[in-house]
Amino acid sequence: MSSRTRTAFFLCSAAGLVFVFACGIRDLPPLGDYRGPYGNVVTQVAVYERHTTDVVNAINYDYRAFDTLGEEFIFFASVLGVLLLFRPTQEEDKNGKRESKLEDALPISDTLRVSMQAMVGIMIVFGVYIASHGQLTPGGGFQGGVILASAPLVVYLSGNVKTFEAIISSPLVKLAECGGAAGYAAIGTAALLFGAHFLTNIVPLGTTGDLFSSGTIAVISAVVGMEIAGGFVLLMQNYLREIIEERLRESQ
Amino acid sequence: MRLLQWVILLLVAAVAPAVVLSRDPKSQVVTLSFYGLLCALMFFIFQAPDVALSQITIGAVMLPLMIMLALTKMRRQNLRREREGKK
Repeated sequence: MSSRTRTAFFLCSAAGLVFVFACGIRDLPPLGDYRGPYGNVVTQVAVYERHTTDVVNAINYDYRAFDTLGEEFIFFASVLGVLLLFRPTQEEDKNGKRESKLEDALPISDTLRVSMQAMVGIMIVFGVYIASHGQLTPGGGFQGGVILASAPLVVYLSGNVKTFEAIISSPLVKLAECGGAAGYAAIGTAALLFGAHFLTNIVPLGTTGDLFSSGTIAVISAVVGMEIAGGFVLLMQNYLREIIEERLRESQ
Repeated sequence: MRLLQWVILLLVAAVAPAVVLSRDPKSQVVTLSFYGLLCALMFFIFQAPDVALSQITIGAVMLPLMIMLALTKMRRQNLRREREGKK
């Protein structure tokens, strides 16, 4: 097909798409128009039923906690998949563990190094804050976990390669990943012991607006934060180790 | 507020083709990261701060990072294959 016929073909189909799209947009309801009853009901009862001020997290970690459990295990499975793909091959096993060293001298300025080191603490505090205040303000375990996971990366970028290696190869990372995933399921199963349904909110709800309120919502949020932070650090660790091994193979 | 919504919608619409049209994967990662940031801003302006937070952390930080790491890995693999092919 020549480039001219291709352009003509594209223009014809693009015109058709624009027409259909314009027709669709013309009859769209205005912004903020909501016709389902479920959302209105939940926003009215969530604060009284679950003692949480962030209704989004009340839905994520309580009313629809089972869906979120599935999502967590999608993430868990994909991290496992990456680990499985990057597992040491037989040849590497024979050679024993290679001395993995990241590049020591990253070309960065002192200004960048100092300001980034100052940022690490702030990032960790902010991540913990977001993960632990999911029941009160926007945020929650997922967002807090990702912020926590990017803190080691800032350590790496600030040139502290040894500290970075110590953080990412710590057994705590794997423990957080597995413990987080298992913890979510365990919280759900604990409800069964009390004769309630799976993932029922069994912890005392506390006072609305307090840090320790909303029952299992806060607990699940913390557990999810652990899992996400551990998972992302594991991903980074495996990718970087793979890249370093390639580099070592090249230099040999 | 209305004006802000229009501005951010137009910005997102303008940057989306820029992501597709940047052919070099490395610059595409940077535009993708910027696009993720704009999307987060859009979610925030349309009053969805929860989604905006997830979008910032995933779309502007983790996704570009993972793509960058994968690109580095692929580039090194290709380099090695080329060298082995020459031998």
